[in-house]
Amino acid sequence: MKFSENWLRSLVDPPLSAHALGHVLTMAGLEVETIEPAAPAFDQVVVAEVVSVQKHPDADYLHICQINTGSAINKELLQIVCGAANVCAGVKVPCALAGARLPGGDIRQTRIRGVNSAGMLCSARELGLEEAADGVLLLPPDAPVGMDFRRFYELEDNVFTLKLTPNRGDCLGLAGVAREVAAITSAKLTPLEIRPITAQINETLAIQMDAPDACPLYCGRVVRSICPDVSSPQWMVRRLERSGLRAINVVVDITNYVMLETGQPLHAFDLTKIYGEIAGSIHVRYARSGENLRLLNGENVVLQPDMLVIADEVKVLALAGIMGGDDSSVEHSTTDLFLEGAFFNPGVIAGKSFSLGVSSDSAYRFERGVDFSVTRAAMERATGLLLDICGGKAGPITEIKGGLPPRDPIRLRSSRAYRVLGIDLGETRIAELLRRLQLVFSATGDNFDVTPPAYRFDLAIEEDLIEELARIYGYDSIPPAVPRAEMRILPEPETHKTLPQLRRIMTGREYQEVINYAFIDSMWEHELIGNKKPVPLANPLSNQLAVMRSSLLGGLMSNLQFNLNRKQTRMRLFEVGCCFDHQGDMFAQHEKLAGLCYGDALAEQWGLPARAVDFFDVKADIEALFWPEALHVLTGNHPAFHPGKSAEIRVGNKIAGYLGELHPRLRQKLGLANSVVLFELETDVLTARALPKTREISKYPPVRRDIAVVVPENVSVQAMLDCMHGEKLPIISDISFFDVYRGKGVGSSKKSLAFRMLLQDTEKTLTDVEADEAITKLIGVLERQFGAVLRN
Amino acid sequence: MTNLDDLLSQAIESFNGIEDAVELEQAKARYLGRTGSLTELLRGLGRLPPEERPAMGSRINQAKEVLEAALNLRRDAIQKKNMEAQLIGEELDVTLPGRGQGIGGLHPITRTLERIESLFHSIGFTVASGPEIETDFYNFTALNIPEHHPARAMHDTFYIEGTTGHLLRTHTSPVQIRYMQNHEPPLKVIAPGRVYRRDSDLTHTPMFHQVEGLWIAENANFSALKGVLSDFMQQFFERDDLRVRFRASFFPFTEPSAEMDIGCVMCSNGCRVCGYTGWLEVLGCGMVHPVVLKHVDIDSEKYIGFAFGLGVERLAMLRYEVNDLRLFFENDLRFLKQFN
Repeated sequence: MKFSENWLRSLVDPPLSAHALGHVLTMAGLEVETIEPAAPAFDQVVVAEVVSVQKHPDADYLHICQINTGSAINKELLQIVCGAANVCAGVKVPCALAGARLPGGDIRQTRIRGVNSAGMLCSARELGLEEAADGVLLLPPDAPVGMDFRRFYELEDNVFTLKLTPNRGDCLGLAGVAREVAAITSAKLTPLEIRPITAQINETLAIQMDAPDACPLYCGRVVRSICPDVSSPQWMVRRLERSGLRAINVVVDITNYVMLETGQPLHAFDLTKIYGEIAGSIHVRYARSGENLRLLNGENVVLQPDMLVIADEVKVLALAGIMGGDDSSVEHSTTDLFLEGAFFNPGVIAGKSFSLGVSSDSAYRFERGVDFSVTRAAMERATGLLLDICGGKAGPITEIKGGLPPRDPIRLRSSRAYRVLGIDLGETRIAELLRRLQLVFSATGDNFDVTPPAYRFDLAIEEDLIEELARIYGYDSIPPAVPRAEMRILPEPETHKTLPQLRRIMTGREYQEVINYAFIDSMWEHELIGNKKPVPLANPLSNQLAVMRSSLLGGLMSNLQFNLNRKQTRMRLFEVGCCFDHQGDMFAQHEKLAGLCYGDALAEQWGLPARAVDFFDVKADIEALFWPEALHVLTGNHPAFHPGKSAEIRVGNKIAGYLGELHPRLRQKLGLANSVVLFELETDVLTARALPKTREISKYPPVRRDIAVVVPENVSVQAMLDCMHGEKLPIISDISFFDVYRGKGVGSSKKSLAFRMLLQDTEKTLTDVEADEAITKLIGVLERQFGAVLRN
Repeated sequence: MTNLDDLLSQAIESFNGIEDAVELEQAKARYLGRTGSLTELLRGLGRLPPEERPAMGSRINQAKEVLEAALNLRRDAIQKKNMEAQLIGEELDVTLPGRGQGIGGLHPITRTLERIESLFHSIGFTVASGPEIETDFYNFTALNIPEHHPARAMHDTFYIEGTTGHLLRTHTSPVQIRYMQNHEPPLKVIAPGRVYRRDSDLTHTPMFHQVEGLWIAENANFSALKGVLSDFMQQFFERDDLRVRFRASFFPFTEPSAEMDIGCVMCSNGCRVCGYTGWLEVLGCGMVHPVVLKHVDIDSEKYIGFAFGLGVERLAMLRYEVNDLRLFFENDLRFLKQFN
């Protein structure tokens, strides 16, 4: 909502500067977005008359003008050289006198191509009124010569722009804003004076109401024989312009003006374009399927059966409350009108302009609720302006009135206001605040029964009224308090690793956290994850952000590329975030933790040879994340990974995630110089951890035995460990792998693996015989399972 | 007995000329070893007349002690010298950098979120979370935003294709509803998380983070809301003199509703960040609307609640003087590492 400060002050004029007024409005919930001067600063510009125009002898496009500036001291004319094509004798123009300071610079007495020029005739652009202008600004013939132009054009004004919340449709008219200002500041409100128009003709157009619920109030009136050639008065054009509306033609300007003034949208039809004129009738009904309409903005819309229309007997005339049709619109030659003022139910209008992609000031207001108590007055106001400005004869108003929204009293308890706000306003102050808001109420003790006015659709329950009290009393006048509450110690589950803890394990291992959008290019899902059916957005911002990620790896790969392009050569990234997948008709939404490593294992530094990061470096990071839980790692088959360097990670019998090196095919495709190691884990598996339970520490010394066995290349260490653990020998307290050897003495396609066994008995010192027996058992099972041969 | 005196001075002289520990021990053997000169003298004692023996014996023993002492002195000196030489040889350039793995860092948004969580945790708020693909009911209807309500236009919503009513949550407020459905009041909870709006320009990213807060109790009120949030902002920015103000506003799920502004933390008399107003909009809040409580079967006559939603990026930008929102999601390492 944009409006002229002077216009507002004609209705209510609190003793506050523009800035202070802006502040109180903002604090009361009518946020003032900007306060801008109506025109930039300039001075010494007067209304002047061009007395005569001569061609400049030395320049084709220049004119030598004699100008009457109405100077009282000497009646001499000023000679001014002007280049505008539209300057001619007899016109009135703004004239900057020598010494004037304009937005573009100062004006001095000068010589142009040898001819003296005592000032400048100004265009709207030169005065900072318009971005661009064609020729000098022509003023109305009755403009008083000699008058200060700023005064004549009422430029000592500010334009207020309010950012209104959707509940305050009542402030989409100056009258409503003025009412609000009066309530906030207690300044006196000058109500609009609207006189009813006595009908001069008795012609009416019958109104057929087929949708009384959607349109509980419809007023129509015929106006004949207006003079179409009149242009809108300057004061009206100025107020419209300062509200961001351009002058179109006098009828449209008047309906727009009254809408800005009262908040009530009005529409004028060209009466002669209504079928049968007054012999016909106006229908307020829902559209029939198949109907369509060319709107005022030139767009053709296909109407749906839930859209309310205004129609004559043969065709649709307007999309009710949203926009008129092009065919029945008022043109410059229109002399006979049908003027419409109505109340359309917000629920019927809401959403339609959005679904049609058609926005209008009218729809904006009806969606939020229009004051139906002012509809008729707005008709009278518009008619009065029409008759004053363009003459004509008005008929009587035809009104169809049905079930308007009920305005039932709302019970407001001062005790409840105390509980909600935390301060006791007291009955006297509550009554005063309600009066300032012009709310009608009856009071008995603690209770106030408040009848919400027709213009306040947002007042429906007690809390709405409590907000009104607080708003007018001032949110800032309610002191902040330290709340009192029951003290309870919060639960702190110890069998749960928190995300902050996991993140710190990652940062402690030199990973940098990133945060990516949850929607990505479907290419990553297809190529990297092999997900043929990612969850798609219906209305993505772009193809690159079109599907929901099922994995964090795509985002990390984008980060890798982005940073490689910025000359980073080594990266260790991780992200924690939600991933999405279909799950029947619903969606699986899992939080995952993923990482990416690229480049050297360690940052380039002295004393350590450079080495590219590999699978096992990253595996150690994953082990750290799960520590002390032991990982169970199997050969994996994740599509993103090198088939020989791909692992599935399990904890217990749960799949915890995947680790691997990027498939060389993808690496080639993305033009990456080095290999990329990636992993992704489910955070819910990561966060579980057991509560430590101490076991007895043996008093007897442990026995350590190392063995080396030769096995075929395809036997995995994990399988051998599993197999040995599977024997569940009670005296074996730990088995760990510590070396691998390939080459001389082992044979081709074979490897030698070294394991360290710790043996321990809690009851006694183990004998060599007992230890040997256990080791032999383990070697035996390795022989049987894997063809292992003990190496000496 | 000149012989003994000569021997003694000769030995001491010889010891003192030695710089090497092994040589010193060899020299010792020459005098005190089994065939050493002094040992020989002692052995020759038997050849002396008996009356001379005690005096001579004691002299030789004295000489032996002197010699031992000189030897020890020399030993210490050599050891000390050797140690000094060793230390000089082992000297490091201690200014060389440490070796090994470095340290990474958290994303500034995570850092900010953790800070917000810990501040609220300190007065007993627990943390809740909810799904990011939400239903129309939780995101809008339950929060008193019916279909076609103009308030929906304030949320440019992403919808999931092929579904009716599944969308990316536009705010963390749905977590309020889910939490209230599953917990009995009194409640004190915050819900941090990602939210999505279909908007992308200089000051909007299609995904961003919010922290929703909810306090339901018999004695919650607007005055307490102001107290908690003012306290929070002052502690977040570590400025006890931080100015705050509450403006009337509108959210369908709170009544009364307010926007909270803080005095600009970047300037004292107007700057680009605060739009030369001296104030920064930082959060929306209000008393939970009775319709919302009704949706979750909480008796609004018994319990009163307040709720708030704050923008994490906004706070992070102000706290760390980040001048472009989009930096948070570009993940440029040169930006991210500034927060390590």
